[in-house]
Amino acid sequence: MTETAIEFRSVVKRYGDATAVAGIDLSIAKGELVTFLGPSGCGKTTSLRLIAGLELPSEGQVFIAGRDVSRDPASARNVGMVFQSYALFPHMSVLDNVAYGPVIRGTAKAQAQEKAREILDQVGLGGLHQRLPAELSGGQQQRVAVARAIVQQPDVILFDEPLSNVDAKLRRKVREEIRSLQRRFGLTAVYVTHDQEEALAVSDRIVVMDRGRIAQVGTPADLYERPSTPFIADFIGDANLIRGEVAQGYFTAPGLSLPVTGPDGPATLSIRPERITLAPGGPDRVVTATYLGSRMEYMVAAQVGEMLVSRPIFEPRLAAGQDVSLHITHTDVSRVA
Amino acid sequence: MRAVKGRIGLVWSGLLLTAILALPWFKGGALLDSALAEGVAGRVWLLPLVAVALGLSGLSVLSRDWRIHPAGAALVGAGLIWLLLQGFGIGLRGPALPGIGVLFPTALAGQPGFGWGAWIAGIALVGALAEVLAARGFCRGERFAAFSIIGIVAALSLFVFFPILKLMSAAFVAPDGTLSLLPFVTRITASDLWSVGCLTGAGRCGVVINSVVLGVLSAVFATALGLALALLVARTDFRMKRLLRAISILPIITPPFVVGVAIIVLFGRTGVVTVEVADWFGVRPTRWVYGLPGILLAQVLAFAPVTFLVLLSALEAINPTLEEASTTLGAKPVTTFRTVTWPLLRPALAAAFLLAFIESLADFGNPIVLGGSYDVLSTKIFFAVVGAQYDLGQAATLSVLLLTLTVAAFWVQTRWLGRASYVTVTGKSDAGLVAPVPPLIKWAAVAAVVPFVVFTVGIYAIVLIGGFVKDIARLEMAPTFGHLWTAFSFEISERGVQLFGSAWNSMITTLWVSALSAPLTMGIGILTAWLIARQDFTGKRAFEFGTLLSFAIPGTVVGVSYIAAFNVPPIDMTGTMAILVICFVFRNLPVGMRAGIAALAQIDRSMEEASQTMGAGGGRVLRDVVLPLIRPAIFTALIYSFVTAMTAVSAVIFLVSARHNMATAYIMGRVENGEYALAIAYSSVLMLVMVACVAAMNWAVGTRRLGRRTAVANPAQPAE
Repeated sequence: MTETAIEFRSVVKRYGDATAVAGIDLSIAKGELVTFLGPSGCGKTTSLRLIAGLELPSEGQVFIAGRDVSRDPASARNVGMVFQSYALFPHMSVLDNVAYGPVIRGTAKAQAQEKAREILDQVGLGGLHQRLPAELSGGQQQRVAVARAIVQQPDVILFDEPLSNVDAKLRRKVREEIRSLQRRFGLTAVYVTHDQEEALAVSDRIVVMDRGRIAQVGTPADLYERPSTPFIADFIGDANLIRGEVAQGYFTAPGLSLPVTGPDGPATLSIRPERITLAPGGPDRVVTATYLGSRMEYMVAAQVGEMLVSRPIFEPRLAAGQDVSLHITHTDVSRVA
Repeated sequence: MRAVKGRIGLVWSGLLLTAILALPWFKGGALLDSALAEGVAGRVWLLPLVAVALGLSGLSVLSRDWRIHPAGAALVGAGLIWLLLQGFGIGLRGPALPGIGVLFPTALAGQPGFGWGAWIAGIALVGALAEVLAARGFCRGERFAAFSIIGIVAALSLFVFFPILKLMSAAFVAPDGTLSLLPFVTRITASDLWSVGCLTGAGRCGVVINSVVLGVLSAVFATALGLALALLVARTDFRMKRLLRAISILPIITPPFVVGVAIIVLFGRTGVVTVEVADWFGVRPTRWVYGLPGILLAQVLAFAPVTFLVLLSALEAINPTLEEASTTLGAKPVTTFRTVTWPLLRPALAAAFLLAFIESLADFGNPIVLGGSYDVLSTKIFFAVVGAQYDLGQAATLSVLLLTLTVAAFWVQTRWLGRASYVTVTGKSDAGLVAPVPPLIKWAAVAAVVPFVVFTVGIYAIVLIGGFVKDIARLEMAPTFGHLWTAFSFEISERGVQLFGSAWNSMITTLWVSALSAPLTMGIGILTAWLIARQDFTGKRAFEFGTLLSFAIPGTVVGVSYIAAFNVPPIDMTGTMAILVICFVFRNLPVGMRAGIAALAQIDRSMEEASQTMGAGGGRVLRDVVLPLIRPAIFTALIYSFVTAMTAVSAVIFLVSARHNMATAYIMGRVENGEYALAIAYSSVLMLVMVACVAAMNWAVGTRRLGRRTAVANPAQPAE
């Protein structure tokens, strides 16, 4: 039985008439990195701020480390937060920024600075203690922000879209740094992003949110391979949705018949573009063929409808206008409706 | 956490208990003449407050958390309501509310005003109220923010809205003391308010007509002159730009009636210019300057710099590429000005006009010096209270009219113009060159500005010379320090320095009041700005409008309302220095607030949130993060409130006393006696002291900043 670090119980957050979070139940285990993923306005940032105490819930409770903190302001909770803009104090040196939290919580200044130095060494900013934030590069600023957030050994560390101000080229590196730090310190982390690739790469579990509710929770592989709704299938990666009927354990659509589970009646299946295979000659036709360097993408007019297909670059290439036959295996589809 | 919560409870209930058991409840009472002692001695209506104090103390010791205990909220609410009810219900001469005499027979003897005990009990109850609300989620549970909001709302209600309401109610009081609608109707329809006789040739106009005519004329001329100044500075290669900018600062440090006095010295019946002109052209000297022309001249000179600053920032905010676009489309410079620049400037012109209109209506110094028989609302209010016929009802009615005019103008300015402004400067940097104005417009502007500069220089020459020659009004130019000596003579003897001059008392009071009110104004103003810019709470819009509204209340009205409200118990504080300080703090509050709001808009909010997540409460966030980043705004607010406290006259003239006189009120008295040289000498000393103080503050703040940042080459920027 793993220990629960954070728990949401029927949490609702309203702003006047607008509902940002419409009833969330969720528990996050100690040492886990959970990502809130969703389109803008889905309530993911609000949920993060509810953990931080920067917002208080309109209804329901938030527990951190087993304690009900629903009415506690941010200053009374033990959380660390890395802001989108980093929010480093421009008038304080790097060292003072990192030592700020311990000083506020009553540690003597000298001890706080000692602690800050240790953390700064561990994130690889050993020589930059006396710099001001404006004198650091973007990547360095980000590491200061992380150091500042973890120096007090918080119950949870919160990341609010931490990569949105990082150069596209550097993102992979910074993302891996964050993940390795989180593992090294055994931190419970909650991470907010709207970038599904980032979410897949960094998370233990992903919480997909839509219009203030949780759409699905699962590991990256769960979500990618077994989406539970058309929204998830479409939001994470690309998906082809096939509508048809289920009768006696078989899904049928024009030119397609696959064994599936679940009740009879109208149904929708989702299949990823890279799970579809194409063979030359047949009833279907390539409409467009796009060269993307690492792979080929085809738009195929098939009997079941228009399908997006992605094939490895080393396979024989097909051209637009070519007749093909499209193959789907029943283990590669997931029923989303 | 438990220990901390317990201690907070003890602070407020302990304060309340001390105030009620040990401190003098009534004004001027001895120590231990507390609510308890007075209550036992017969003023039994004080005993419920003793019960509240004991109950709250007991609760904060015994219960787990008194703030969320229903009894805590009930006790605090009941205590506050009862404190106010008994204070306002039982006056100096007995019950003010019907029924209280029956309930408490001893109340017929009346009670004096609030003393230390009552004040501190009130503060403790307000503090406890904030705790109770914060514990229920107000301000997201931030105790500091909750306390600030509740405290500021309480202070504003007490020192801005209560006096105004009290004054307004006086308009409905008949001479025999009864309350009804009739006296108000009689007063407000009087012909000396609304007569348009001067236009039809049948006698004089009413004060309302006079005020509006003056306001409109003054605003039109001041806006036109301000536009001319702004165009010259922003859009031409005019040589004397620095001089124009310097002149625009002068009115800020000039007491409002100094310009009026200088105009009399120049153009009065025996004025310098009048006599010369009479000699040269053989015309008889007249008193033309007293009345509308004189006030108008003084006001235009005083307000043009204000409209100049409004229009200058508007001109600088117009994106030059718009004008370039017009030019590339084939428009001539005059066409571009007419079709692009002018329409974009219109909202700012309206704003400048309304600002000058409000200032003109509120102006008291110039009409009283130059008015002659031309009555305006502000002077009429003054004479209704200060003159031989003390008539608060009349003053109140006039105040209602004046207030209606200024608040209406203010409302139009904030609501209607707020939506109409065109912001053409965006985050993107557009490289464009500002288009110079067409020559025709340039020369028109020069023609308007040159007389303004000549007048201003002439007036300040009078102010600088006038105090140090024998009698400038009669052109006796022998240098003398006699006037200065009359005002500021002193003697150094074995008993130390002795001050004999007639002006010392007022000068020292002025410095004290300014030095006390400036930091308070700045502090409350910046705090209010922070609350408005950064906190979300119920009733925020009303809070914001209420704080800004005090800006639209003319000083004269504030002065009269303070007399109406604070002359009698429970809050009986006229004649003290405290009332002067309080008056300035709440009058100048909006300026500190605006500076703060503008500065906070530049700062990323997440820095404060970062501080919060690291454990800082509201007060700590303010101290560690917000204040260091908005230091320039703090400095501006400090300087402005200091300088305004030294130069303002309209409100304080009602509030000064023999013991606590202010420099401006003293000078005003000298002007009334015709002692112009002494008035001018004192004014120039006052202005010098102000410049010296501002320079000293500037130096102190400047060096401190250098001391902290010497190692840093480039200025710190908020993180992106």
